[in-house]
Amino acid sequence: MSASDKNRRREFLAASATVATVATGLAGVGLVALAPGVQLIQPAAAHDHGASSKVRWGLLVDTTRCASGCKACVSACNAENAIEPGSGRPAQNSQWIRKIELVEQSSGRAVSLPMMCQHCEQPPCVDVCPTGASFRRADGIVLVDRHICIGCRYCMMACPYKARSFVHEPLTRQNPEVPRGKGCVEACTFCVQRIDAGKQPACVEACKQAGHDAMLFGDLKDPASEIAKRIASTATSQVRADLRLGTGVRYQGI
Amino acid sequence: MKRLRCLPIAMLSLVASLAFAEVPKPVIAIENPGECVAAPDVMRRTHMDMLKHQRDKTLRFGEHGAKEGKSVSLRGCIECHASKKTGSVLGSSENFCQGCHSFVAVKLDCFECHQPRTGLVKSAGVMP
Amino acid sequence: MATSMANTTFRAIEAKGGYGYYALLAVCGLFLLLGAYGYFQMEHHGHVITGMDNQMVWGLPHVLSLFLIVAASGALNVASTASVFGKSIYKPLAPLSALLAIALMAGGLVVLMLDLGRSDRMIVAATHLNFKSLFALNLFLYTGFFTIVGVYLWFMLERRMNRWSSHAGLAAFIWRLTLTTGTGSVFGFLIAREAYQSALLAPMFIVFSFAYGTALFLLTLAAASSAAQRPLGDVTVGRLKNLLATFVAASFYFVTVFHITNLYFTRNHGVEQFTLVDGGIVSGVFWIGQVAIGYILPLLLLLMPAATLGRILVACVAIVIGGLAQMYVTIIGGQAWPLDLFPGYTASSSFFDGAIHNYAPSLVETLLGLGGFAVAAAIVIVALKLLHVLPEKLDDAALAPQHTD
Repeated sequence: MSASDKNRRREFLAASATVATVATGLAGVGLVALAPGVQLIQPAAAHDHGASSKVRWGLLVDTTRCASGCKACVSACNAENAIEPGSGRPAQNSQWIRKIELVEQSSGRAVSLPMMCQHCEQPPCVDVCPTGASFRRADGIVLVDRHICIGCRYCMMACPYKARSFVHEPLTRQNPEVPRGKGCVEACTFCVQRIDAGKQPACVEACKQAGHDAMLFGDLKDPASEIAKRIASTATSQVRADLRLGTGVRYQGI
Repeated sequence: MKRLRCLPIAMLSLVASLAFAEVPKPVIAIENPGECVAAPDVMRRTHMDMLKHQRDKTLRFGEHGAKEGKSVSLRGCIECHASKKTGSVLGSSENFCQGCHSFVAVKLDCFECHQPRTGLVKSAGVMP
Repeated sequence: MATSMANTTFRAIEAKGGYGYYALLAVCGLFLLLGAYGYFQMEHHGHVITGMDNQMVWGLPHVLSLFLIVAASGALNVASTASVFGKSIYKPLAPLSALLAIALMAGGLVVLMLDLGRSDRMIVAATHLNFKSLFALNLFLYTGFFTIVGVYLWFMLERRMNRWSSHAGLAAFIWRLTLTTGTGSVFGFLIAREAYQSALLAPMFIVFSFAYGTALFLLTLAAASSAAQRPLGDVTVGRLKNLLATFVAASFYFVTVFHITNLYFTRNHGVEQFTLVDGGIVSGVFWIGQVAIGYILPLLLLLMPAATLGRILVACVAIVIGGLAQMYVTIIGGQAWPLDLFPGYTASSSFFDGAIHNYAPSLVETLLGLGGFAVAAAIVIVALKLLHVLPEKLDDAALAPQHTD
């Protein structure tokens, strides 16, 4: 190795260290940093563009319109997020949304509804995540930061809705807009890649295309939005409401 | 017995010669010549910090990386830099990402989750 | 004349006649290799090759590792009784107790960290911390445990630092109570699952730790005394036996109160029926493993008159089996019962809603879990030979002179 190569290496290390420090400092702007990597949650107002706390995304499911046996929402979610059955047992397959068939024990009445991450206001999964990979975006979407997820699966133990899945094997056929990989935990993202582009989640669109129109997505904080008007006028409920988690997903008809 | 004294020196020379032998520098194919986000020497030194900074902005704050008209997302890098031969930034040591990373022996963690291939139709579902 | 550290001579074990010591070490080495094999297979292929899935999120590695971690905290018990509660009879045994605590904790943590989905991200785990998470707090508690108990061990072995050993012992005692509270609360804080969500889990785990740790300590002490040919005195063994019986009885009490309380709540009738009656393997492990072998058998063996060392050691093995059974019922049984999202409805789905979740451990995760035991054993075996932690004399004349006739 020549002397100039050695010098270039030293310069590279020094420059990287400087840039890394500056970058960390920049990343710390708007965040209260206790130490590198140790941050307190910053107020959402610090960032005006991108996700904003003026919006809270929510979903309303009308179970009276949800057809038993129909899986349009599940298929659409799998297609959009490139979720395929793995090579292991069915119990190891990821499922971001699922159809639950319910039968009321006393009356025998049958109800069908889709269940996914409820995007709680006080998510237990966010509380228990040791690295802070499980987090709640300013606009209410609960996401997994797969850059720092260590795959401990504590959030899966903590979720009252069993909404999260763990990727059990290496993946190669990801949707470029939905990175997902082995060893990290994942769940419904409200199709954040579509929402940020102004579109609706894939399941909501598919339900509409299938003619059932049982799912309504929108901004809960906007009083003029369809979903806010419906929730203000019709009786809706949250699943496991006694846990007081403030879910963003509500159900009508159970 | 005297000859054995040469043994450590001989072994050390052998190891040293292997360690310090010149490994040929990678030959990287630039598929879309033009301007990158910044000058090549700046990119070489700081792309990892740029990516790390941008990933948090994209994921945590929903800021999808438009900077002076250029796309600074990882997807943008891949679309531009992917090899026309393999359709991906991985696959051979002439590829953009893999070439340099193999040379400096820095493991690429990104593609455990991120799709390294390009030219895929967005939101069309399961890829070939 | 009371025994004190200044009057006790400690000496490392000599491998007399050679082969036994190295054979034992070789067996440990074999299990370490097998554990490493299990880990690398899991890390390379992903958890798809294990028995764990999206329903049974934590499995046998966690059962074995949490047993080791809880036992580690309890293994410090003998030392605490000496340093904190002033029972000087245990003072000469305190260094072995501290060593065992460190070894068991290391074994447990190794398995826990290697089971992570992204075990290559340990530096991320150490530098990104969400302080509301018990796991993040446990990171400090576990690493602090090594430091504090290490310092405690140093103070006990270094004569010039002996006068500080009781202070270090107090710090270690408080630290490990906090640590075990944290471990129990890992489950107790989970509102989602009916088998958990109880504040009782934290103190219950503390009492469990007393029992498991003391049992493992007795087993280690007996093994070390036999290997070093330093016979154990009856008075010491008798005192430890009574201590152990108390802890087992207390564990039994806590488990009884836990289940009776759950049975009182109508909404928990389902999960209690599953755990106690028709849970198949889970019920079997509970009644036979945890209750019969883990509580009733040891109490009989320890409290019936004329207890010999052999009987006491059988009781210790039974307590260890009972501890593993308890962890199985807590971790596997707690996940087997489905979450009740819609009370009053029967649910079914492609994601196994409303269905009991079964679990069959695979070979690789079993090997990984056993590797943790091998780590702990290897540390103890090597340390006994390299460090002077075992008193030169273990008979009553040396340890409990005021009690001998």
